[in-house]
Amino acid sequence: MSTFFLLTVTGLGLGAMYFLIASGLSLIYGLMGVLNFAHGAFITVGSYGTWWSSQHVFDGVHSALWRWLLSSLLGLALGGVFAAFVELILIRPLYSRHIEQVLVTVGLQLAFVALVTGIWGPDAKTFVVPPWLHETTDIAGAHIPNDRWIEIATAGAVLGLLQLFLRKTRYGLIIRAGVENRAMVQALGIDVRKAFTLVFAIGGIAAAIAGVLSGVYFTTVNPDQGTSLLIFAFIVVVIGGLGSIGGSAAAAVVVGLVQQYTNYYASSGVGDMIVVLLLGLVLLARPRGFAGAVVGARA
Amino acid sequence: MTLSRRTVSDWLWPLVVFGALAFIPKIGAHIPKLFDQPIDSPGTLALLSACLLYGALALTYDLQFGFTGLLSFGHALYIALGVYLSNIAITDWHWSFWPSILFTMAVAFVLANVLGFVSLRVSGIAFAMVTLAFAQAGAVLALKDPHHWTHGEEGLGADYTKLPQAFVGIVNTKNLYWLALAFLAVVFFIVRWAVDSSPGRIWQAIRENESRVEVLGLRPRAYKLQAFVLSSTLAAAGGIVYMLLYNGSTLAVTQPNFTLTLLLMVVIGGAGSRWGAVLGGILYTYLDDRLVAIGNSSTVEGLPHVLRTPIEQPLFLLGAIFILIVVFLPGGVAGLAARGRPSGLRRIEAAVRPEAEGA
Repeated sequence: MSTFFLLTVTGLGLGAMYFLIASGLSLIYGLMGVLNFAHGAFITVGSYGTWWSSQHVFDGVHSALWRWLLSSLLGLALGGVFAAFVELILIRPLYSRHIEQVLVTVGLQLAFVALVTGIWGPDAKTFVVPPWLHETTDIAGAHIPNDRWIEIATAGAVLGLLQLFLRKTRYGLIIRAGVENRAMVQALGIDVRKAFTLVFAIGGIAAAIAGVLSGVYFTTVNPDQGTSLLIFAFIVVVIGGLGSIGGSAAAAVVVGLVQQYTNYYASSGVGDMIVVLLLGLVLLARPRGFAGAVVGARA
Repeated sequence: MTLSRRTVSDWLWPLVVFGALAFIPKIGAHIPKLFDQPIDSPGTLALLSACLLYGALALTYDLQFGFTGLLSFGHALYIALGVYLSNIAITDWHWSFWPSILFTMAVAFVLANVLGFVSLRVSGIAFAMVTLAFAQAGAVLALKDPHHWTHGEEGLGADYTKLPQAFVGIVNTKNLYWLALAFLAVVFFIVRWAVDSSPGRIWQAIRENESRVEVLGLRPRAYKLQAFVLSSTLAAAGGIVYMLLYNGSTLAVTQPNFTLTLLLMVVIGGAGSRWGAVLGGILYTYLDDRLVAIGNSSTVEGLPHVLRTPIEQPLFLLGAIFILIVVFLPGGVAGLAARGRPSGLRRIEAAVRPEAEGA
């Protein structure tokens, strides 16, 4: 029973990272029709930005907690700014040419991983966090690493903030309306392009948070980490239904848990296979994903 | 008798080009800037064989991407199947050569049908993600190696006693070169024949406008599956050639990035163009190899660290070239010859456009 509890919390922690990546991907796809491969680069900007600034900018800060928090904040800011620039410089000139936008993000992702590998080497870097994050708390007889709670709480907070933003603010309204029917929003005289940059920035920050949390979760960061997380996030986005934040959250939890349970109870690797199988089943049964948003199958 | 222009461009030119390429191993000359060693040395021939093989693999990818408008991120799965299954049958199961090859091709054909059938339930970007997921499953399987067949990260060296002796050993690099060239020629003519057949014309019509094909009373999905299966089966055959060329199997071919590099090759050369895809594959492979050599050269060593780092990473430079081509030259290198007609990516656009746009 205690193992089961540990697996559940760990699975939720993993799902939290998937959700942080998938939420941005899903919003960007829903609004702009761009499958954003560069999201992997945003994750890397977050994790490497945090790692680098904890070594070079905030190395004078004595409290490990503050050092981690401050460098994480800088990492998030870098992620958001980088994502906004990607939208402005690379995506905007290719407006309404979807395939070229996708290809540009693919090229960016490959080139960026190569650049990071070139500058800091392919080896994993130790991620400095407050020591208590790697201690465990005993709950119901299970030793739960403390960082899992941070991951789950952060993802929960981001989910709440995103929903609040989408439902209560004017820009949130424009984004939601744009996901439903972009042509109509434009016809009403609203400049949707500002919303494009905004969803990229939001997606970039969320992905950078996932980058920081992946550093905490795996205790190290390496240049390929973003890519491997990205692939499962893609699966989460498709299962959850493109363009739906709630769907992404639900799918992220399911995928994270299924992966953890089967990797433990069956054997390592089986969980990853089951997740892919799940994707196949969902597509056969409901080509539009759980939430059944606008896109996915041709009408 | 005068030959029609069509016969000349479809048959004569390719035959002349492939025929000329066949004589390369006979050239003893040394071209200093282009290659490190004389052309008939094993090192240079191995690089040239790799170029030809990647030209052929890029062409198999172009069959579904450039000609049919299917953006797959999982083409590597079928190449990896060819690379691994043929080797597993020979080395782990001790089968002899030809049964292993036939078995691999049969499995590839069946797998392409099954996975293609499932993935083609969705189209556009969702299709891309689903193919990516299946390829990822293959990559995990090869890495975790539940049956001790692939040997995970170590890779699986081929049992050379079971391979045809003409393809074994450094003295036979020439033969491997001819094998790669023959494979490229076969793929080239099959693709030529396929896209010109009547289903092939429908593939291209689907790329241009799928709804219109549907209105004509045809079922696009069945035709897309044909193109997918042909392309994937040819890719598996390419995988077998890869296994012979590199004398074994490594995990690199299972990675999602492997498909992405094929995509880079096709777009750089020119999507939807046979010569373009082949040229893209050859150029990319050549640059990938040579840029490393340039990165290690003495001129570059003198540069400050900031400039040197990007040059030492070929993928960074190739990725940057790729982005520039997508933005400024969507027809790729082959598009330069198209003279204003829509070419390359511009023609595929309609096939990947999300539904929300057309609604």
